[in-house]
Amino acid sequence: MDKNLMSGNEAIAQGAWEAGVAVGVGYPGTPSTETLEALVRKDDVYCEWSPNEKVAFEVGLGAAIAGARSLVTMKHVGVNVAADPFMAAASTGVNAGLVLLAADDPSCYSSQNEQDSRFYAAFGRIPCLDVADSQDCYEMTRAAFELSERFDTPVMLHETMRIAHTRTLVATAGAREAVAPRDYADDIPKYVMMPANAVKRRLVVDERQAELEAYAETCPFNKVERRSEKVGVICAGAVYQHVREALPDASTFKLGLAWPLPARALADFAASVDACYVVEEASDYFSSRVRALGIELAEPPAAPLPVAGELKPELIRAAFGVAQPTHLAPATDLPPRPPAFCPGCPHRLVFCELRRLKAIVTGDIGCYTLGAVAPYGACHTVIDMGASLSMAHGMELAGAPERTGRPVVGVIGDSTFAHSGITSLLGTIYNGGTGTLCILDNRTTAMTGTQGNPVNGVTLTDSSHKIGPLDNPTGKALDLLALVRAMGVEDVVEVDAQDLQAVRSALKAATSATDRLSVIVFKAPCRLIDRSRGKQPTIRDCRACGQCIKIGCPALGRAKDGTAAIDPTQCIGCDQCVQSCPFGCITKE
Amino acid sequence: MADTEKNVQRGQALLHGTKTILLVGVGGQGTILAGKLLATVAAEAGLDVKVSEIHGMSQRGGSVSTVIRLGEHVSTMVCDDGCADVVVAFEAVEALRAQHYLAESGTMFVNDEEITPVSVNIGNFTMPERVGERLAELGAHLLDAGVIARGLGTPRSTNVVLVGALSTALPFDVELWRDAVRACVPAATVDANLAAFDAGRDAALRGAAR
Repeated sequence: MDKNLMSGNEAIAQGAWEAGVAVGVGYPGTPSTETLEALVRKDDVYCEWSPNEKVAFEVGLGAAIAGARSLVTMKHVGVNVAADPFMAAASTGVNAGLVLLAADDPSCYSSQNEQDSRFYAAFGRIPCLDVADSQDCYEMTRAAFELSERFDTPVMLHETMRIAHTRTLVATAGAREAVAPRDYADDIPKYVMMPANAVKRRLVVDERQAELEAYAETCPFNKVERRSEKVGVICAGAVYQHVREALPDASTFKLGLAWPLPARALADFAASVDACYVVEEASDYFSSRVRALGIELAEPPAAPLPVAGELKPELIRAAFGVAQPTHLAPATDLPPRPPAFCPGCPHRLVFCELRRLKAIVTGDIGCYTLGAVAPYGACHTVIDMGASLSMAHGMELAGAPERTGRPVVGVIGDSTFAHSGITSLLGTIYNGGTGTLCILDNRTTAMTGTQGNPVNGVTLTDSSHKIGPLDNPTGKALDLLALVRAMGVEDVVEVDAQDLQAVRSALKAATSATDRLSVIVFKAPCRLIDRSRGKQPTIRDCRACGQCIKIGCPALGRAKDGTAAIDPTQCIGCDQCVQSCPFGCITKE
Repeated sequence: MADTEKNVQRGQALLHGTKTILLVGVGGQGTILAGKLLATVAAEAGLDVKVSEIHGMSQRGGSVSTVIRLGEHVSTMVCDDGCADVVVAFEAVEALRAQHYLAESGTMFVNDEEITPVSVNIGNFTMPERVGERLAELGAHLLDAGVIARGLGTPRSTNVVLVGALSTALPFDVELWRDAVRACVPAATVDANLAAFDAGRDAALRGAAR
């Protein structure tokens, strides 16, 4: 059988397709995004982005109840958004297979926290499969649909960033199962979660748990590998690979089913070794549960394992007192290179002006979170999607503008506004709130790789045909101005985010008007979707005042004499520095 | 492919144990394609291979890295300190940032160019001094990959020039590498990328890598 290199996400898409999945739905979020992008390119499956993860889960559940196998994808914090329908679906069951991909991000490479989604599976008491490489992703996704139908429950497929974004070799069947849609039949006691029905479904979940616990004892994805009789390690996912690297002689119990746990098999394994350990990352998910089963766990002999952050083999070696390779110390004198707004980024001038206004800025999730870092420092809270607008209202209620003498400004992106900003704005309007809210409409979901969204009207199918926001997409694009006006905001304007004077005066007007709610839509395409370049400017008679440097463009630095200098390999010929020079020294003549 | 059997024997005989290759650079420099090329070569040679990438926020001009591990059987996909048999740095400061990953007997190829981070541009930090000397102390091979790519008229192929240099440190047939280039880059850019690969490989073989 041929093997192909696939990322975990591509392998999940392949497994789902072979399992006859009919509907794929999700919201983009690192590290889950590429799954639907791979699935949409396959035949006979329909995929779409939802405005948010709650909507995605509900679409998937509706499709499953109507008889179509469905895959729902999201990052770990998206599961929080989808938690309400998730918990109800755990009670109703599904009819056709429903698989939820929950992609965790230990060490927060691209996230606001490193929560462990498997707690949701245990909370909802639904099976949770835990993948350790792309072959697992492929096989367990196929099996997840069967489990979902066999036990009439949603199934969580849990991956971490290292699995999602690591390419490994996968042997696939390459053929799609012929899965006919399951019949739909009305079943009010099962699907209408009013109190009288819900109490009865609770009992069904109890019975299902007992059946799943029996299944766990023989689940083929729980794999015992016997080596040393002295050391046994219970582990799962990427951590299993790190354990194999760091402790090659240890016996391992690889938990492919993370909920429910196989109580008897684990007890047998623990009894078969002198010392049994749980090795896991960023969580006590396994250790707390294994201990609760009455199984005695040993502590690593040399040092405790870290409780936070991604695990690596060297951290396991350190805990178990295994020698490490010699190496140089890390260099400590290097300038940091955090991510930055791209040259020409339409967010840049807005944050320069928010800094100038000394505004208290409640921010949101997206590239524009970078408004918090140097040289801007103009974003003061980032909590979750949609929080910018509601938290600005809360700050107004606390009297922040009066007490600090600073305006409060909420800043949100286009995709994030559609995700959960609309209801936040509605709360402020409904309750007569004031203040300034900015929607940074860069025509795309930039951070995760320029996905479509309800504001740009690019469907997932459009993207698979390389149709972008500037190419007449087929989806319905939301008219932000009309929506905000219809919601009851009178003071709403659209401003070119690349026009410094217009940005400045719009923000000044909005923040000076303290008696009403003002909404500014800053519009200009992300440079990842508009790759056009202008003529590079030239600098003449620079006075080395540094005003242009303060806009934080990667293409703009200082020469040895302190004057501004343009890096021609990075400059895309936007006008941001030209507009920022107070002396007119940067020109495009 | 018909030659798989032969490639398997050649690859496994020449590659003892597991090798770890670390690619480091700045977001947008093309480390992901470079990793894909190496992984394709290893897979065609019948080896197990894992390629770990970082997506998302760090891609916006920040430090990025790709780890490729290959061998008969590969477990972990990450690179610990002191475990990189080869480090390929697409930028000189990033080479220094990765110095602790280099194995004692490891090899380092560095594109001899510096990209100033925003943290330096805005005056909060300064660029390190003696970068060239420090890289020489590490035993790094410096290569004008960017200059070579621009000389070929394809500045964006700097990554493939570096892959050409990397190919000299691994025991795979050159035609496997060229096949991987053909398989992994857009059809319209195959010739340009093959030229970039050859130029990087030649530079490393000629000792033009200092």
